[in-house]
Amino acid sequence: MMIPDIIFYIFATVLVLTSLMVVVVRNPVHAALFLILAFFTSACIWVLLEAEFLAITLVLVYVGAVMVLFLFVVMMLDINLAPMREGFAKALPVGMAVAILMFVELMLILGPSRFGINIIPTPNTHDAGYSNTKELGRILYTQYVYPFEIAAVILLVAIVAAIALTMRARRQSKYVRPEQQVNVKRNDRLRIVKVESEQRTR
Amino acid sequence: MVSLSHYLILGAVLFAISIAGIFINRKNIIILLMAIELMLLAVNMNFIAFSHYLQDTAGQVFVFFILTVAAAEAAIGLAILVLLFRNRATINVQDIDSLKG
Repeated sequence: MMIPDIIFYIFATVLVLTSLMVVVVRNPVHAALFLILAFFTSACIWVLLEAEFLAITLVLVYVGAVMVLFLFVVMMLDINLAPMREGFAKALPVGMAVAILMFVELMLILGPSRFGINIIPTPNTHDAGYSNTKELGRILYTQYVYPFEIAAVILLVAIVAAIALTMRARRQSKYVRPEQQVNVKRNDRLRIVKVESEQRTR
Repeated sequence: MVSLSHYLILGAVLFAISIAGIFINRKNIIILLMAIELMLLAVNMNFIAFSHYLQDTAGQVFVFFILTVAAAEAAIGLAILVLLFRNRATINVQDIDSLKG
């Protein structure tokens, strides 16, 4: 057993345990924190698979942005947890049965007989000057540049949708109405007044 | 030696756990969203494992796009959740049945 194997088994164990905790824990805040640990652990496993850029992206995007958003929402909402948990014990056997069935089915396909070390050997490690980020950027900006642009549009749509959904028009907030602003004539705003000059009174 | 099969089985375990999570937490939308994120993580694990063992960077590009779409999905999902809680004061899936005929 070599050092990378031991590291893989440690991280895989932590990943499976934390993802189990995500689905069985009672408090959603704890579930979000366990999910952060799960993302972090899988980023470590991705480093083992020589996908360094995506591992860092997972930590930055998921742990840094998405999970913080989750924690914000969970802590902002005042949720009564008691009715959420009823039916937990009733649904547990069904969920376990479906999960075990699905796992057994996947094992039949993904087992060592089809994807074992004898069928697909371990690839050679890259030499010291190899940069995963550079390689990924090279392929992303040449061959996949059109999907990349579409991804940018998807993010823009997500921004607009999230703001449009959650924004409330407040009564005391002041803002410009452009459709009325362009129709304003000079006479609506400007009034020339002639003021008679007066004698100074002593 | 750790083979491709190990990583695929790890992804399968993650996917099965998140399926079970959807079954047993079917009243709490927040946990449901987290289970969906966990599923996407399992899928990404498979993509990266195949990308490494087949020496093809295209799998990592695909993971990049999945991360993008998942971030957008999480943002919009949580926005809908906040809106729902503001209007109905609940996030219990059982109470959200106003479209039922």
